Amino acid sequence: MAKVLVVTSGKGGVGKTTSTAALGAALAQNGANVVVVDFDVGLRNLDLVMGAERRVVYDLINVVQGDAKLVQALIRDKRIENLSLLPASQTRDKDALTPEGVERVIGELKGKFDWVICDSSAGIEKGAMLAMYHADVAVVVTNPEVSSVRDSDRIIGMLDSKTAKAERGEAIEKHLLITRFDAGRAARGEMLSVDDVVEILSIPLLGIIPESEEVLRASNVGSPVTLASPAGIAARAYFDAARRLSGETVEMVVPMERKGLMSRLFGRRVA
Amino acid sequence: MILCTPYRLPLTPGTARHTSDYVTTDDTNPFIRLRGRSVMALVLAPEAPLATWLTALNAQVARAPTFFDGRPVLMDLGGLPANTPDVAGFLRALEGRGIRIIGTEGAHPSWPGIEAWGRPLPASGKAGRPITVPDETHATPAPAAGGEVNSLVIEQPVRSGQCVVFEKGDVTILGSIGSGAEVIAGGSIHVYGALRGRAIAGLAGNAKARIFCRRMEAELVVIDGVYQTADDMPAALIGKAAQAWLDGDQMKMTALDSTDTGDANGQSPGRNIRQGRRR
Repeated sequence: MAKVLVVTSGKGGVGKTTSTAALGAALAQNGANVVVVDFDVGLRNLDLVMGAERRVVYDLINVVQGDAKLVQALIRDKRIENLSLLPASQTRDKDALTPEGVERVIGELKGKFDWVICDSSAGIEKGAMLAMYHADVAVVVTNPEVSSVRDSDRIIGMLDSKTAKAERGEAIEKHLLITRFDAGRAARGEMLSVDDVVEILSIPLLGIIPESEEVLRASNVGSPVTLASPAGIAARAYFDAARRLSGETVEMVVPMERKGLMSRLFGRRVA
Repeated sequence: MILCTPYRLPLTPGTARHTSDYVTTDDTNPFIRLRGRSVMALVLAPEAPLATWLTALNAQVARAPTFFDGRPVLMDLGGLPANTPDVAGFLRALEGRGIRIIGTEGAHPSWPGIEAWGRPLPASGKAGRPITVPDETHATPAPAAGGEVNSLVIEQPVRSGQCVVFEKGDVTILGSIGSGAEVIAGGSIHVYGALRGRAIAGLAGNAKARIFCRRMEAELVVIDGVYQTADDMPAALIGKAAQAWLDGDQMKMTALDSTDTGDANGQSPGRNIRQGRRR
């Protein structure tokens, strides 16, 4: 049974696209058949992070409007064959998305894949609403700071009222993914602690992704971080989160940078 | 529970108690206070023949038995022909159904006994916004003898951007009220989680209403129009279990935990809490 997952946050720049790519790739690396769908029409990024920007012919809008078939628009990843991308249009705006068209596309995708992962746009406008509407599972991406937490709270309220599942009176499965977490800064009180964020949002924690240079490096080379540096701290955290999404019980630990004496002494200067 | 789009209260911070007070005074005469106030009233506009209209009203009241409870009603009689018999008797029949008539408009001066319903207001040009009477027969079971449904329990957190309005009585929230969320109650508000948003209690002029919460981190608390913003709350209470109530015109806030009083109770002498009143 295919699951539709939306990666959402309300606030922009917290790591939705990075997390979509990393979780999608991690689930695919574990053997599932995965498609990642970019709902950020007009400001598409997922194709860049997935390294597929030079292979985009048709996009989500073309499929929604019936100008192209789904198979024509899907881009299969070159590194993992069971990972596909449905890119967004950069030239159109979100008004080109219609509820009926989105429903048909999601329905078709559910017939082909185990996981349909929708990368929501920021905000609470039409694009974000359509991205979450058909979701069975939501991953709410939050940075440990107050504005991100408040926007996530708003989005959780909408997940509970504005989705197809909520309208049928069913509960949507919600998970919290804390990104850009810096244990040192949280300990010094410069950042909200994990406990604070979980307490405020009161939904189950899916994972804690530490702040890491690997994430930026992976984005720049056009690769999900779980593919670019699978042994790194961010990738390990994403792998754990993906296993929890699949229903496994994995102990919640924040992966830490293991620093040798030399890098401790010279690391800062070299960087 | 009514979910609505949030609205902004017309808040005027300051020490004045009544922002709508007008004070007239000179050297010799004692001054009197005048206050401006506006209330929301339902407008009922009966149509002839009155017997048919009453039957339709009866059906409406049967579907929503509590709809007219405590609500002021203005009778718009402008639609009745001047020769309508016994309008005063018709109004008495309405009162017999529990409808509280506060005045009439558009009444014909020739109708006998109509002056008993107060000086008629001139018929206003504005029709007002139509209101749908909720069908309560399925939503709420008929109240048990001696008890009326006057409390609302919400089991989920109230999230940022959500607004809960319950004018009839107390609201109990088992979760938290998030930053940017708003709960408005006719009575008291009880929050078993953290209060991070806005709590507005005693909406319909209930000065006895209180606000209780397990963790006080509110952006704004209001009781019967007296408000306090986060800036003005006693710092020692932030993050604590606390309650707010009105002592005359002063909002008081104390810790709920009796061992944790002292300076934390917000009533220490000399503390000048900046607060105001909104109407």
